[in-house]
Amino acid sequence: MTRRVLLHDVTLRDGMHALAHQITIEQMVAVAQAVDRAGVDLIEVSHGDGLGGGSLNYGFSRHDEREYLEAVAAVLTRTTLGVLLLPGVGTVTDLRMAYAAGARNVRVATHCTEADISAQHIEAARGLGMDVGGFLMMAHSLPTAALVAQARKMESYGAHIVYVVDSAGAMGMADARERVDALKGALSCQVGFHNHDNLGLGVANTLVAIEAGADRVDASLAGLGAGAGNCKLEVLVAALDRCRERLDVEVGAALYPLIDAADTIVRPMMQRPVQIDGRALVLGWAGVYSSFLLHAERAAARFGVDARDILVELGRRGMVGGQEDMIVDVALALRDGAPRQGAASDGP
Amino acid sequence: MSAPATACAILGSGHIGSDLAAKIARSKHLRLCAMAGVDRDSQGLQRAAAAGIFTTADGLEGLRAHPSYADVALVFDATSAQAHLAHAPVLRADGKAAIDLTPAAVGPFVVPIANLSAHLAAFGPGGGRNVNMVTCGGQATIPIVWAASRVTTVHYAEIVAAIASRSAGPGTRANIDEFTRTTAHGLEVVGGARRGKAIIVLNPAEPPLIMRDTVHLLVAECDAEALEAEIRSAIAEVQTYVPGYRLAAPIVLQPAKAARVPGLGVVDGVHVTVLLEVAGAGDWLPTYAGNLDIMTSAALRMGELLAQGGELGGAR
Repeated sequence: MTRRVLLHDVTLRDGMHALAHQITIEQMVAVAQAVDRAGVDLIEVSHGDGLGGGSLNYGFSRHDEREYLEAVAAVLTRTTLGVLLLPGVGTVTDLRMAYAAGARNVRVATHCTEADISAQHIEAARGLGMDVGGFLMMAHSLPTAALVAQARKMESYGAHIVYVVDSAGAMGMADARERVDALKGALSCQVGFHNHDNLGLGVANTLVAIEAGADRVDASLAGLGAGAGNCKLEVLVAALDRCRERLDVEVGAALYPLIDAADTIVRPMMQRPVQIDGRALVLGWAGVYSSFLLHAERAAARFGVDARDILVELGRRGMVGGQEDMIVDVALALRDGAPRQGAASDGP
Repeated sequence: MSAPATACAILGSGHIGSDLAAKIARSKHLRLCAMAGVDRDSQGLQRAAAAGIFTTADGLEGLRAHPSYADVALVFDATSAQAHLAHAPVLRADGKAAIDLTPAAVGPFVVPIANLSAHLAAFGPGGGRNVNMVTCGGQATIPIVWAASRVTTVHYAEIVAAIASRSAGPGTRANIDEFTRTTAHGLEVVGGARRGKAIIVLNPAEPPLIMRDTVHLLVAECDAEALEAEIRSAIAEVQTYVPGYRLAAPIVLQPAKAARVPGLGVVDGVHVTVLLEVAGAGDWLPTYAGNLDIMTSAALRMGELLAQGGELGGAR
């Protein structure tokens, strides 16, 4: 029987990174309406760093999170509204606010070795009756067996789905396949995939994840997202259609409305092209969290150093998602010629 | 002749309780006579027992059932926020003073540089006899906010605490929301910020990374030199009890225009970034775990002050 894969649009969440969290309410509503009309299953709306992410460290959003959520909830007719929550950044209080504003799905995101800090948030979301995902970020950095152990924890807390999240866009195709395949084999719950296009494998690795059995995949219109962007939603839908019979999967979304939304709504929103330029490429090559990109570019300009050097050093130190404060620290160290500090990572 | 050391007990045999035990062992004013945990096999309980200290794996009830409890005047609680909510009324009814190292925040916050002696009255007759040490991130960052508040208006204080995964035991991991809420509240109540926000990150790098704390402030226009001097002075003061506490990079000041701070509105001023590093003494975990020392050293100072001040009455 043909398998139905669910599409989760992240244009209005991961895309917030690409626009320094300045998307307007009108833009959100336009994107959400297009996604809803096209028949995409889920749409995520949050600060790029999740609920409560508005901060000096990550950047303040243009509008209050509740305003964004209520505005989008009001125009959705069939697409489920979701949010992202990083324990340590957002809290259960933020989750309750999101639920009250209409969110019925949440992904609880942790660094891939720290699943146990998601227990209280996954349980709270289940208590609200929400559809809950566990989101294991920077999953390229952990051997598959260890990733499975972390995924099992999230499943045990009540997650309906656990995601392999290639936050750095650093996975090769075999890496993506192996991880999704292992989670599918080990978990009773669903398995999802989220990635970035830093090495040019955004759509390819998402197809690989679907081949390996992923039940839901993330993508964004025109790829609007951190770093070189996410898997491009309209490209993924077209590619899946081409491979439909061979893969024996189907998605519920229509192609032309997505192409139109990408071209007429999302591309005109972009301020910095979302593409694999040298700095975005270095994210994937060095295995660095994609949302560090704009922060590193700003620090490079401010302190007169090369953004690529900042990114590589962040990778070498083993910085994880959320440690945007260390970008200024690294930039100052590079400027002042300070000795290298911290741990060596698996980067180049 | 000095007064006899005050008998105290520790609830919780995890990283924080065990690091505190090592520090109390060096104290002239406190004497550790019991440690209560819930896991008989925990390294913390085993090490305490080997040092000749009474241990129990039956938690507070195990401690209360032992004769040594009668002598205990002061209890340090290093369990979890949920556990302390249950412990606090029992300790109070038993007449024990409590220093809470969980983010339960039952009693008022204490950060040594800002208000070490402000709540001594709470240990007098009719007082709550319970103070809270905020969180590790709070102890590392509130001194900076407090120092800035002495120079100018702090509209907003935000901190990012990054700790090594190995230094975060199950209690810390179960209390992530409590950490962010209690720290944010401490930034306001003790630090003096109009609005506070806290972020915590666990980093699994090997070898483990030394605790890092970053303080972002939005302050009203002020004399930059005076502000930096006050912050450096606060760092020197904290170094008197945590020598590994230091500025990791130059203080960065930049203009902030129309920052949209949630819960506060649009703010103009100066964005101050203070990058800190906290190395520990290596008493329980290696020196990367400065998050233990910044809490336990502050709690020890509070305990010693109580022991010296006579607030604990005759229960010596």
